[in-house]
Amino acid sequence: MAALTRREMLLRSAVLGCSAAASPLFTPVALASVPGDNRLVVIILRGAMDGLDVIQPYGDPALAPARPGFEIGPETGALDLDGFFALHPGLQDLWPLWQAGELGFAHAVSTPYRNARSHFDGQDLLEAGTQAGTEGRAHDDGWLNRFLQTRPGTTRETALAVGREDALILRGAAPSVSWSPASRLSLSPATSDLLGLIYRDDPLFQAAFADARFYSDLLYGDVAAAADAEGMMAAMTRGAARAGSTSAIADFAAERLRADARIASFSLGGWDTHRGQVGSIRRALGHLSTAILRLRAGLGPDWARTTVLAMTEFGRTLRENGSGGTDHGTGAALVMAGGALNGGRVFGDWPGLEEAALFDRRDLMPTRDVRAYAAWAMAGLFGTGRSTLEDQIFPGLDMGADPGLLR
Amino acid sequence: MTSRATLAQIRFGTGLRPGRPLPDADALIDRLTGPDHVARRYPLEDFETRAVAAQTYLSELRAARGADDGPECRAAARRIMRDAKSRQLAISLARGVASDDGLRERLTWFWADHFTTVGQRAVMRGAITAYVEDAIRPHVAGRFGDMLEAAILHPVMILYLDQERSIGPNSRNGLANGRGLNENLARELLELHTLGVNSGYTQRDVRQMAELLTGIGLARGREMVFRPGNAEPGPEEILGETYGGADPASLDEVRAALQDLARRPETARHLCTKLVDYFLSDGPDAGVVEAMTAAYLQSGGDLAAVMRVMLAHDAAWHPGPGRVKRPFHYVVSGLRALGVVPDRIARARQREINQWAQLPMVAMGQRWQGAGGPDGFFDDDPEWIHPQALAARVGWAMAVPSRMRRRLPDPREFATACLGDHAGDTLQWAAARAETRAEGVGIILASPDFMRS
Repeated sequence: MAALTRREMLLRSAVLGCSAAASPLFTPVALASVPGDNRLVVIILRGAMDGLDVIQPYGDPALAPARPGFEIGPETGALDLDGFFALHPGLQDLWPLWQAGELGFAHAVSTPYRNARSHFDGQDLLEAGTQAGTEGRAHDDGWLNRFLQTRPGTTRETALAVGREDALILRGAAPSVSWSPASRLSLSPATSDLLGLIYRDDPLFQAAFADARFYSDLLYGDVAAAADAEGMMAAMTRGAARAGSTSAIADFAAERLRADARIASFSLGGWDTHRGQVGSIRRALGHLSTAILRLRAGLGPDWARTTVLAMTEFGRTLRENGSGGTDHGTGAALVMAGGALNGGRVFGDWPGLEEAALFDRRDLMPTRDVRAYAAWAMAGLFGTGRSTLEDQIFPGLDMGADPGLLR
Repeated sequence: MTSRATLAQIRFGTGLRPGRPLPDADALIDRLTGPDHVARRYPLEDFETRAVAAQTYLSELRAARGADDGPECRAAARRIMRDAKSRQLAISLARGVASDDGLRERLTWFWADHFTTVGQRAVMRGAITAYVEDAIRPHVAGRFGDMLEAAILHPVMILYLDQERSIGPNSRNGLANGRGLNENLARELLELHTLGVNSGYTQRDVRQMAELLTGIGLARGREMVFRPGNAEPGPEEILGETYGGADPASLDEVRAALQDLARRPETARHLCTKLVDYFLSDGPDAGVVEAMTAAYLQSGGDLAAVMRVMLAHDAAWHPGPGRVKRPFHYVVSGLRALGVVPDRIARARQREINQWAQLPMVAMGQRWQGAGGPDGFFDDDPEWIHPQALAARVGWAMAVPSRMRRRLPDPREFATACLGDHAGDTLQWAAARAETRAEGVGIILASPDFMRS
């Protein structure tokens, strides 16, 4: 840390004169206070998870006839949650968490996104956390970043997006870093400084490089130990080969959350089950299950202060389609986990699945904005005020009554 | 101030190649509309060949089950398949490095991404490159409607978006077997391939399009076929136009609908906006999009005419900063700048390709032929230049050159060789101060001057 700061100082003072003090590189990282002890992990489930299959409302008489090719309810191996809902057996490894109250669900939820059913706009709206009508526009920031903007003392270590992709949910004015396990910048100090210089006039490169330097230093110590070309090559290929696995991502997130990170986000794909859903959703559920279990194991005692929200862009059609799958729908389900959760319950008002109760006569009718659950979780974990949540973090949201998510 | 000739190569081609003369900017379209020389020099297998190879592969795996030498046979089959895919990547890279008609490569990448297919189900295995070669590449300077037909009706697209599983619920086979629709291809056809999201079509249009597409399937697992017995009876209405309804149903109705979609103004605007976004800027000049859209509509979707209008517009030659190169483009232009001999790339072994192209591109955020979904890769520069992806690019820039060339060039000369008059003063200054040749070359390849186009 000290080495980085000193080098930045030398570089900046040599090249930039006195503008250094205004640089974001001079955020006094070491002095910043950690904003509380609670942790929030947001997992974006990309591709539209079929909530009706994951948390099966087997007690609703309209479910089974609409899905003749699916395995539904406790008779086919799902785990009975409360006599009405049953958990898909693909999540059975999470059963002990359910019993301990560390796993819960909210059903019939959605973002404000309606009718167009595009994954890509749907995911953008989910991550932006904004109102209906903002889909298809360029989003300046994501809702986790707007949350950070309300927290004094947020540093680059506070929030982390894990994986190979940039995450809209954390993009924005507040500091946050996006990093992938095994990524590493391996440069001599002189080369690092020269690169810092050529990136100076290109804000995109300047910011990404500053963060890359910061995280490389944080994880691997001073960058001075530059490898030779062969070593760099080997590190690069090794890192690329294993860094994308769900376990690697969850382990890395847990490691950072045990240190100074309080917010982490990553995404899991594989939910777009248009065909052969009985098999394909099991693979996706396996990844979700692994992610939650690895977070729990990696967080150790801090699991008790952690809430995990796994959210998806929208749900899927009630009816099975022509190829043993489901098509894009509306109402979805939210998966929640964590030692801070007051779980063991399925939250939400059940709208029913008879045709007249469906959205557009085809999809589960949403009865609550999924952002309300995220907002109540943030209120509970971080003491964020209601007006901040409803005006700044989730503009246009009515949080409604407190569902009592946390212990 | 960067000259047009330099910009033409950087922004619309695959970059400067030391020792090659800079063609005139006006030559871009002439070459694009002329013969495809580099494809002849570095040929790729066609889809039929790859589909048979995929089927042979799958039957070898099946035959190996339970056999004494099963494990060895399976390993051998997998190795052959892996080598074939690696060779396809090698040849795709070599084309970009060798070509004097870089606009054709760039457009092929663009349209392959527009019509993204991903996966290795059935005959898709090892055949995506062949799909691009057969359905996309021949049309990049042709009519969009023809590319649309070729892509949508290609077995790889049919498999990728589940069309072979979509059966008209009231068709003969639908009624007999209780089968039904799958909306996947119909939705992406309207949302991604033609009209564009939020352009005014409705869920009903998606449903009607899905009904119209029923009947499309696969014969022998690898040939597109139209089966009237699977087609939903009765007419379908899409965006106010009526299709279908013939008895027996026919593929001509589907083709007519695709051609109509290709001619829609929403489609024209969607495609032209994407092209401008890809080549010029994420905050596109409205004037150039307007001009291209008008040319598109006037010419009936002639893509060469559209590109000609783009290149004639002042907005095409803005001094910068240009778009961030996507990782594949970055790697190609880097190898080209280093003067790596294209034959060496084309012949590289799988292990090598993995080390200096395949895995680094994964770390940079672009797994080759591995987009996250049918929308292809990202559009925005920040999605490519975030800390972990930039670290991967810097790692490539520092490590790969000394592997590809026994003796690296003097960084000061290299800056001019690969960027011409586009190399900025700060970059020249920094390159000259590097401690080693490898670091100097690395700094140039890692610079925004080189990473942007």
